[in-house]
Amino acid sequence: MEGAAIKAPMPGKILSIRVKVGDTIAEGDTVCTLEAMKMEMPISATAGGTVKAIHINVGDNVANDDPLVTVG
Amino acid sequence: MDLSQLNALLAGFEGLTYQRIIMMIVGGVLIWLAIKYEYEPLLLLPIGLGSILANLPGTGLLDEGGLLKVLYDAGIENELFPSLVFIGIGAMTDFGPLLENPKYMLFGAAAQFGIFGTLLLATVAGFDINQAASIGIIGAADGPTSIFVASELAPDLVGPITVAAYSYMSLVPIIQPPVMRLLTTREERRIRMPYTSRPVSKATRVIFPIMVTVITGILVPKAVALIGMLMFGNLVREAGVVQRISNAAQNEIANIVTTFLGITIGSTMVGEKFLNGRTLLIIGMGLLAFILDTAAGVLFGKFMNFLSGGKINPLLGGCGISAFPMSARVVQKMGHDEDYSNFLLMHAMASNTSGQIASVLAGGVVLALLSTHV
Repeated sequence: MEGAAIKAPMPGKILSIRVKVGDTIAEGDTVCTLEAMKMEMPISATAGGTVKAIHINVGDNVANDDPLVTVG
Repeated sequence: MDLSQLNALLAGFEGLTYQRIIMMIVGGVLIWLAIKYEYEPLLLLPIGLGSILANLPGTGLLDEGGLLKVLYDAGIENELFPSLVFIGIGAMTDFGPLLENPKYMLFGAAAQFGIFGTLLLATVAGFDINQAASIGIIGAADGPTSIFVASELAPDLVGPITVAAYSYMSLVPIIQPPVMRLLTTREERRIRMPYTSRPVSKATRVIFPIMVTVITGILVPKAVALIGMLMFGNLVREAGVVQRISNAAQNEIANIVTTFLGITIGSTMVGEKFLNGRTLLIIGMGLLAFILDTAAGVLFGKFMNFLSGGKINPLLGGCGISAFPMSARVVQKMGHDEDYSNFLLMHAMASNTSGQIASVLAGGVVLALLSTHV
């Protein structure tokens, strides 16, 4: 799949997903929120573009470096 | 009804001095802060009620055999309550991030230097060495350790020291950021530190609390009551075979002891003894201790940054105190505010948990050095 994946910066649980496939997003936009060590953190797009794929569901536990969203 | 009966009915009003009325209002304010702003509500709410109870005149609660006196003798004078609280804290703490990166233990050690700075200043301000040391411990942002040290070295200051310690713990997100911002550049705060998870075996997690207890017991025997209970709580969490005890430690034991601890600490805030310039000075010096500890940690973080060739974010030094996990969250937020791709949380958690251990050790060192002066 073309595009760059935004990856989980640390292990945690997905609390919400803010984008859907086909959305156009800008660098810095929040794509999802991750809860780690009982702290909620926004995960932001590292580059702008179109959301190509979403690899997670709300409630998923993700590991460090797991792909979350692909933007191309 | 004759006059003597009327006097008996009005006895409650006779001892109602203005100091007691003020302290009842202070108790009410603490309860309000706990409910309205959720500032350490588990502690400030019972402390507030304890203060109101202790300042009601003629109740006998603080006399020999009275409820609050019994609680004080049972749990504060002999340091039982702060020790037991640590079982719950140990069961709630995940030392995993620290075990993945043991080098962060240095941050916990560095952030304790403010204790000794405040000790010197408090001595200059006229406190004796035992009182000064007890005030300095506030800087570690460790409530139980503050109570533990003060109850041995300066029992008459337990009330103000505890109120100061817990107040500043709840104000971590307000007090720490300006100090951290002042001592770091934007570029330093933006230093990214990618998290690389390393698996920590169950054996390591189980052996860690036992080893810490034994090593502390040998090196700093005075800290072993607190560290032993902290590590016992952590052992039941990591052992995996006593889930009931782990749950009880995190919930029932922690809640029950915290409740009695709070009420009893509140009961030391009797107007005539509490309302004086000395209390204000302690609260002011406690804030100074807290700022100095944060500053010492950040400065050490800058030193580590220099040694590592710019790879370590100096903010991590600032959370080498005991206020867990609030201080680690402050660091995560400050790094993230400067750069939305900067995630320092796991490193900050390691530094913050090391601060928990180090603050207890610092308390033990202070006791070891000074208990012969009591």
